Amino acid sequence: MYGWLWRALPGPTPVRALLAVVLVLGVVAACFTWVFPAIAPLMPFNDITVD
Amino acid sequence: MTRIETTQPARRGQPGRPRGAGAVGWAVFGVLGEVLMTLGVLIGLFVVWQLWWTDVAAGQEQAQAVADLRWEEPVTAPAPVERTDEPPVLEEPEELTTFATLQVPRWGEDYVQPITQGVGQDVLDHLGVGHYPGTAMPGGVGNHAVAAHRVTYGKPFNRVAELELGDPLVVRTEGTWYVYRVTSTEIVLPHQVEVIAPVPGEPGAAPVDRRMTLTTCHPMFSAEERFIVHAELDHWMPVADGTPAALDGGA
Repeated sequence: MYGWLWRALPGPTPVRALLAVVLVLGVVAACFTWVFPAIAPLMPFNDITVD
Repeated sequence: MTRIETTQPARRGQPGRPRGAGAVGWAVFGVLGEVLMTLGVLIGLFVVWQLWWTDVAAGQEQAQAVADLRWEEPVTAPAPVERTDEPPVLEEPEELTTFATLQVPRWGEDYVQPITQGVGQDVLDHLGVGHYPGTAMPGGVGNHAVAAHRVTYGKPFNRVAELELGDPLVVRTEGTWYVYRVTSTEIVLPHQVEVIAPVPGEPGAAPVDRRMTLTTCHPMFSAEERFIVHAELDHWMPVADGTPAALDGGA
């Protein structure tokens, strides 16, 4: 999977490394912005009200 | 290290090289391993987000909510009169409206949190302290009940277990200070809504006292139980008259 991704990235090794870092940061940003806030309410430790 | 005796082929797994069914099996294993490792990293990232980033993000939102009130700085008068007559009580505002601040000297001189109408995630996960709709407003007869996170999302009630009997909880609306004092704490189950009843523990009873109740999770990092703090109004004063002694290092 990652081997395939590495081979799919264009350019010489430094360019590929840079692209890989950008991809990783993009995934982390997407998780922090959308994915984690969406799944946090499903976690069993966030309830603080009585109802 | 001189390790020149074996010259490895430059690349492993060159595409296009014919391999047997065993090789395909190993490839599937390899991808499965990578997927599992990726999941592990993502779960680790989620923990970082929950334990660190939510505090950073919500902490900023809460400080901003206090700043956005643009209320006048309270004056520091020498000895403001502590009034115990009928205090002014605001109407309940619309959901998501920040209408008061909470200061708790026990939790630090700088501790100021906004109090916002509503106890949905849009309030608690961003603006901090939420007011249970339908419960009394600050200073009102009945029970001014509020909820906030004890861990994560800015953790406004993180140090709730440090409160001692008699500790002041100071609520400010734009024009009025309300100084409550802690009367009791208890740990209950999540369904025990009687803790926020107008007379705590006696749902249906007609209130005569002016109380306040904090609810948060217990134990920390769990939603098994709720930590409850009850308080009763000690006195009030117009903001124009001065600042409560409780906020001035006094008790």
